[in-house]
Amino acid sequence: MTPDPIRVLVAKVGLDGHDRGAKVVARCLRDAGMDVVYTGLHRTPEEVVAAAIQEDVDVLGVSLLSGAHLTLIPKIVELMREAGAGDMLLIVGGVIPDEDVPALRALGAADVLLQDSPPETIVHRVRELVAARQPR
Amino acid sequence: MGGAGGRPRRGAHVVGLTGAPGSGKSTLARALARVARARGRTVGVIAVDPSSPFSGGAILGDRIRMNDLALDPGVFIRSMATRGALGGLCRAAADAVDLMDAAGFGLVLVETVGVGQDEVDVMRLTHSVVVVSVPGLGDDIQALKAGVLEIADVHVVNKADREGADRTLAELRAMLTLVPAAADAWMPPVLGASAAREEGIEAVADALDGHLAHLKTSGELERRRRTMVTARVLRIVQDLVAETLLGPGALDADRAQLERVLRRELTPHACARALLGRAAERGRSRDVRP
Ligand SMILES: Nc1nc2c(ncn2[C@@H]2O[C@H](COP(=O)(O)OP(=O)(O)OP(=O)(O)O)[C@@H](O)[C@H]2O)c(=O)[nH]1
Ligand SMILES: [Mg+2]
Repeated sequence: MTPDPIRVLVAKVGLDGHDRGAKVVARCLRDAGMDVVYTGLHRTPEEVVAAAIQEDVDVLGVSLLSGAHLTLIPKIVELMREAGAGDMLLIVGGVIPDEDVPALRALGAADVLLQDSPPETIVHRVRELVAARQPR
Repeated sequence: MGGAGGRPRRGAHVVGLTGAPGSGKSTLARALARVARARGRTVGVIAVDPSSPFSGGAILGDRIRMNDLALDPGVFIRSMATRGALGGLCRAAADAVDLMDAAGFGLVLVETVGVGQDEVDVMRLTHSVVVVSVPGLGDDIQALKAGVLEIADVHVVNKADREGADRTLAELRAMLTLVPAAADAWMPPVLGASAAREEGIEAVADALDGHLAHLKTSGELERRRRTMVTARVLRIVQDLVAETLLGPGALDADRAQLERVLRRELTPHACARALLGRAAERGRSRDVRP
């Protein structure tokens, strides 16, 4: 039979009230055959990580527009580590200044996909990163 | 975790929530989970959403209504896609129910999509079925057509904060009195509730407790368990047959037979029986997955 689809949780953290971008990404991943858990707006790092653990996702995709990425992403990374989610991939998306990308990668983000990333790129990167990950 | 026969059964009350899209099943699941938590029970939620028939992928959005439960260690929510399984409910859901039961959750809520065959699957997987409808006659006629009303152990008319709820409640009650029932049979209550405002939810929880008690005293619980086991085994058989017969390239070896049907040398029935026989041979000669 067909292999299990890639599971992704798409979360919006922070205060900004737009999730059109996150929804578009969710739909693209769905259309690429993935199972996408969508959790809506204004999630806290705690909620996002708890949900990702319960949903046993391969990829946690966090989208931010609020500029708070340098406080929220470290928090998420720390919570993931505490929860023992070492094999879960964290992908950060949204509006991130170029100069902050290296810092996010250093924190442990598997990739940083900026707001203008075309859908095909996102799908491709998710597939590539999941494939490259050590088998569980 | 435990394989066939050896797994511990801890006695979770497994409750199915079903009804038209958007009727408020997820919101009700959240509200029921909160009542159960207040009553000291732990809660597992299995939320099933449909897979896209085009890509096979799915957007699983039920959690949006339950986000605040994520931080309660006494609640565990797992979303699932139907993944095109026959009848809609993924077979993984049955396994997830087992796992949550074995993990000791007191209440397991299973939310499913759509109306029709899916609901029959929910019934076979659960002890008690809640059918959620909303004010307005249209939905109820839809539900009637799909034969969903018959499988309800508890009816909830949700969004009772909206106009027309009283009428829908009355209509539903009137319809149900037309269904003949034995004197000692369970009479499904029809309850109004507002899941969003968390009104009327205690009564729904009480009705579910009442139904479970009825299942126990009447011996129906044992019968339902039997039905569940039978249904699950049959479903696995179906899947195995489908996998063996219809997996990639499976029909290649049988092309010649299919050609004979095309030339009318063989009836479709005889051909199907021949394919099934060959599939059974193949099935015997390989490992059977649990
Ligand atoms: N007015 C009112 N709205 C409600 C109530 N319960 C749910 N809703 C709203 O109805 C919409 C659908 O609610 P959900 O809980 O997602 O419904 P659902 O049946 O789980 O939907 P699907 O899983 O998509 O089939 C949301 O906008 C809810 O806020 C209620 O009691 N009253
Ligand atoms: Mg829902």
